[in-house]
Amino acid sequence: MFAYTGRILHIDLSDKTTRIQRVDEDFLKKYVGGVCLAARLAYDNIPKGADPFGPENALCFATSAFAGTIVPVGDKYSVAAKSPLTNFLNDSLATSYFAAAIKQAGYDGIVIKGKAEKPTYIFIDDDVVEFRDASHLWGMETWDTEEAIRAEIGDDTVRCCVIGPAGEHLVRFANLTNDRGRQAGRGGMGAVAGSKLLKAVAIRGTNPVKVADPDELRAMALEFAQRAQGSGTQKYRILGTPANVLALNSKGILPTRNFQQGVFEAAERVSGEYMHEHHHEKTVACAGCPIACEQVVSVKDGPYEGARTSVDYESLFALGTNCGIDYFPGIIKAIELCDRYGMDTMSTGVTIAWAMECFEKGILTKEDLDGLELNFGNHRAETALIKKIAYREGIGDLLAEGTKRASEKVDKGSERFAMQVKGMEMAGYEVRGCQTFALGAAVGTRGPCHNRSLAYEADTHAEVPLFTCGPERGQIAKDKEDFAAILDVMMFCKFIRRCFDDLYADSAKFYTLTTGIQMTPEEVKKLGERAWNLKKAFNIREGWTKDDDWLPPRCFEDPIVNPATGEKVTLKPEDLRMMIDAYYKARGWTEDGFIPKEKLIELGLEDIAEEIGV
Amino acid sequence: MEYYPHVVCDPDKCTGCRMCELACSLTKEGVFAPLLSRIRNVRIEPVIQMSVSCQLCQDPPCVIACPQQALSQSEETGIIIVDEDLCTGCGWCIEACPFGAIALNPATKVVVICDLCQDLEEPQCVKYCLKDALSLSTTEMVAQKSRREAVVDLLRARETAAS
Repeated sequence: MFAYTGRILHIDLSDKTTRIQRVDEDFLKKYVGGVCLAARLAYDNIPKGADPFGPENALCFATSAFAGTIVPVGDKYSVAAKSPLTNFLNDSLATSYFAAAIKQAGYDGIVIKGKAEKPTYIFIDDDVVEFRDASHLWGMETWDTEEAIRAEIGDDTVRCCVIGPAGEHLVRFANLTNDRGRQAGRGGMGAVAGSKLLKAVAIRGTNPVKVADPDELRAMALEFAQRAQGSGTQKYRILGTPANVLALNSKGILPTRNFQQGVFEAAERVSGEYMHEHHHEKTVACAGCPIACEQVVSVKDGPYEGARTSVDYESLFALGTNCGIDYFPGIIKAIELCDRYGMDTMSTGVTIAWAMECFEKGILTKEDLDGLELNFGNHRAETALIKKIAYREGIGDLLAEGTKRASEKVDKGSERFAMQVKGMEMAGYEVRGCQTFALGAAVGTRGPCHNRSLAYEADTHAEVPLFTCGPERGQIAKDKEDFAAILDVMMFCKFIRRCFDDLYADSAKFYTLTTGIQMTPEEVKKLGERAWNLKKAFNIREGWTKDDDWLPPRCFEDPIVNPATGEKVTLKPEDLRMMIDAYYKARGWTEDGFIPKEKLIELGLEDIAEEIGV
Repeated sequence: MEYYPHVVCDPDKCTGCRMCELACSLTKEGVFAPLLSRIRNVRIEPVIQMSVSCQLCQDPPCVIACPQQALSQSEETGIIIVDEDLCTGCGWCIEACPFGAIALNPATKVVVICDLCQDLEEPQCVKYCLKDALSLSTTEMVAQKSRREAVVDLLRARETAAS
């Protein structure tokens, strides 16, 4: 077996036992890695109806064939579990050295269940797994935790995946953090770790990774690494994803003040261009990445002097424009705090924006907010609130539940503008403008995730007109999802997607050169579909119905302006229903969005066809 | 005194991607194994990234330290030559190297040191460094570049002051 190890490490924190599950080439060829392998591990190891914070929930890590090799942007892992935010399957992705370390230690995946008696960290030293006391690390921020563990073990090559105070306090959108700047975000994987009293997974992997055809692979890798210096990645290399701010603002699809507008009047001051000129320190890369998109920025003076972190568009929209904040140093500080506490910047920002709107509408008062004047644009209140959320202090205890639960509790009409789907806060593409993504956001298995859907690309790249919809969007959204899933299963970073001549043929070739397992472009094509159906199957087992695939009332009731025409636009419920129907049809599902048995059998998922299929 | 050409890393250009480690270990050992790479990337987050390999020192401390006389320096190229029959893997050279540029191959118990890919057209780490952070340079070449940059900066400052 090349590149793969054929071994899944199972760890039970309750009784401190471990075991190795052997998987063969047929299994690995079917599930490959990433979100598909993680979803399979989650399906097999998390019982129906599991409490996301119960010992029965399992954190399921999966790497890919490419982790630890020279295949560009391949050092990635996925981690799946039942989400405390959505109560459905959440699959997060993160990148860099920790992903390679899993492989170098000898595993294709790691499943962690149970609950420790006291704060614990797991040290995986190749074949040896230790359960170590983490009492002295409990309460520590993410970056400090990583350094403390490396110092304790006394080896710089130890890679850590950790939680911060947010995970410890079960903030429903707490992250796992690795290699300092990388987060497995969104669906609360850090909170799942926190519920298990698991502070960190530290790995020292010393095994070499062998590939089937080193010479061919090395030549192909070099060719792609060279392509990755070209126009297909230029945006990421120079301004990074913050380049989106001005691009989206000019199209009227930059979510602003809790999705009340699609244009931010001060967009220049929170743009990638502004950041590059005033705050840029260095551009760095994840392990194995020839692109390098991570823009490390810092604040040199003023009230946030010394703040320093890396900034991506989604953090910038959520904690910036969507909270009406136009003071860049304040946004840098807010992102830094989220990173230190180990908390999803997107959900944090959208939740704070909801609270800001509640304050401005008189639904939450200054007293409710521990004395904070939570107007849109108040960066001091935002940074104060972030700490309260991470530690569940005062009003932070409510907001740590996310917008869905918080708005249900506060009531008074605030659910109307709680910008969430399935409990997860929305991403930074205004769905009244990006209506293909409106569909993608409604049907996403983990919630309204732009990365899993990729449907926004059809809207923002003029494949279809903005501010319009149509039945053809069903097929487009499905194709974009499958395309994204192939990248997430093979485990290529999405930022290299424009360097492929043909994603199916190129990734089949990379896969075969790496593993020696024959794979055809047609088989690659099926992978995306298999991953989506498997994730959907998990949700169906959890009681999903088509009512879960919908958008918040604001999208239908409050218009935004299309700057090209001056028209006020809302999404019509009947249009969304029409697109969802078309999407279910494109997927080969029933009118109610369930999966026919034959579909599951066609995708090689015959073993779950009886339980899930209709 | 002339310096030998060796692999030089510009830390301003290095992104910490470690393609150099992967290219090196594949070239030298046939596997991807950063621990066996002759060049090692150091990251001190968030903004310090730099790769380090043999500097081909004058009077190399590794050669002096070796109790088995297993190490010698080529007069022509400056490369440190390891006599695999004599090396016992004791690690004195590793400890003596002020750059941490020597590694032990745990399988063979012999140390490994950068040989600039003598048998290939160029060091493979340089070839795979897509950010041009790595180059095969002499210390004098690095100094020339620094002098040039310093002069440009100085004159630019004077121009700015004049205008």
